[in-house]
Amino acid sequence: MSGLRILRAGPLCTVQDAGRQGFLRYGVTPAGPMDWISHATANVLLGNTAGAAALEIGPAGLSFTTDAPQRVAIAAPGFRVLRGGSAVPSHVVLILMPGMVIDIAPGPWGVWGYLALPGGVAGVSVMGSMASHLRSGLGGGALKAGDVVAAAGEGVAGNDACLIMPVQRKTPPIRYVPGPQDHLFSPEVQRTLQSANFTVSPRSDRMAYRLSGPALAAIAGHDIVSDGIAMGAIQVPGDGQPFVLMADRQPTGGYPKIGTVIRADLPRLAQMRAGQTVTFAPVTVDAAVTALAGATARIGALPLSLRNMRFANGQVPTGAFNKGSISEKSSACDDTLQRA
Amino acid sequence: MSGPVFRDAGECALVVEFGDRVDDALAAQVLALDAALPVVAGLLETVPTYRSLMLHYDPLILPRSDLMGHVQAALARAETAPAKGRLWVLPACYDASLAPDLGHVAATVGLSVAQVVGLHSGTTFRVVMYGFAPGWAYLSGMPAALTLPRRASPRDVIPAGSLIIAAGLAIVAALPMPSGWHILGQTAMQMFAPTRDPAFLLAPGDRLRFEAVDLATHQALMQRAAVGEPLARMVAE
Repeated sequence: MSGLRILRAGPLCTVQDAGRQGFLRYGVTPAGPMDWISHATANVLLGNTAGAAALEIGPAGLSFTTDAPQRVAIAAPGFRVLRGGSAVPSHVVLILMPGMVIDIAPGPWGVWGYLALPGGVAGVSVMGSMASHLRSGLGGGALKAGDVVAAAGEGVAGNDACLIMPVQRKTPPIRYVPGPQDHLFSPEVQRTLQSANFTVSPRSDRMAYRLSGPALAAIAGHDIVSDGIAMGAIQVPGDGQPFVLMADRQPTGGYPKIGTVIRADLPRLAQMRAGQTVTFAPVTVDAAVTALAGATARIGALPLSLRNMRFANGQVPTGAFNKGSISEKSSACDDTLQRA
Repeated sequence: MSGPVFRDAGECALVVEFGDRVDDALAAQVLALDAALPVVAGLLETVPTYRSLMLHYDPLILPRSDLMGHVQAALARAETAPAKGRLWVLPACYDASLAPDLGHVAATVGLSVAQVVGLHSGTTFRVVMYGFAPGWAYLSGMPAALTLPRRASPRDVIPAGSLIIAAGLAIVAALPMPSGWHILGQTAMQMFAPTRDPAFLLAPGDRLRFEAVDLATHQALMQRAAVGEPLARMVAE
């Protein structure tokens, strides 16, 4: 069976598909990817369905090798991706030859990377999903050195290719839809959420990103009778410091939720590291749907944007990325997403 | 009677809120809507709580306005009459060795231990929601005479299958977790078994009763449960 042999796995490297669906009403955390766009990107580049099981690479990275030719796709925003010690772009399709070592190492920014295999990662579904939830033990758990990750499908044909990632020079606000409990916060507190700078706390994980900033006091206290929690819910506990519920959230909870981060912007929040500044801007449901439709359409069109990594002279452009030595005009896969 | 309030939880979830308190009458409305909603493409999951129903949906398949139409139609035909649906009987052991808080509960609410057990095992409960951890079933129907606050100091972990009460509510705890609720006994049934089909025997809306068994019977049932046998009996559809 074809597959990858893990040489080094930092914490929180797990198998994730689109998440365990249909069991929220039984108290089961959905899990799934922290950055659904990058997860889908890696899959779509190999022709997989967007929600196929792939590896989520934690903040400290992952390295692996292969004993047989293997095609992989990597979408690791901000990470340094090294093939045999030479840098390649962070969003690539690669044909790996036996013994070749790929090292996905922390780079200038980014928290979560994704690695897809043809047909998805092979494995056993529990309750209809291969998504790992470390707290409950559902799914395969954290990867460790020596693990073998097999592809569910075949496929080694094709060329090395990469995506030209858009260059983004500043970080726009994270958009949210007010509610479901915005009515429990005064207009003044809601304006604070829209105007203040918040900082991602080091106490953030797959369950929630904690933010620190001005306290957001609820009108009548911070204990409400539990109701459902959507991905991206901005919950405000008694200390007024909000936290955003992410992939490993509980399905219900008893803190008021002043807003809900829109799906299209959740990946951007997920990729923010502790200490980074977050600002928020309210949008309507309609605007959020439009943004989601746009993000979904862009993922579907990604294979059309793949660029062959061989130059006319047959040389593979290695070792020069993130250094500015290859201009965008050269049609190399630049990956200089700037963070303001 | 005014209808529920609709609250958006982003563009992929809608809350239908019947009230803001724990109340069996509100829970009945929540479960009635849950039961009345049709299977619709794009309506992904529903999550009942004591006072609201969260609808998770894919707005690219099911626009919000279409979802609202389905909800309004379901509300119009929802049965808020006395609860129907499946009725289960679960074995429950109230032996003192498994019920560390039984004496304290009895003394606090002014009843005998036998009366507390009689009330708990004599009640037909209803699963309103799961919460806190997978398979932790929150029930309605709790006798008011058993109302008392949580323990002053929570326990670090309580056993799987614990039958616990506090604040006028009852729970069947599926997985060992920390808890400040009072333990009245234990069921041998595995409320949650990930590799069993179904993984959860009891669905929100189902009714259940506890059938008292002695310690020897409980221990024998635990062995049957360990090999995956579902011990709850369905006595009515």
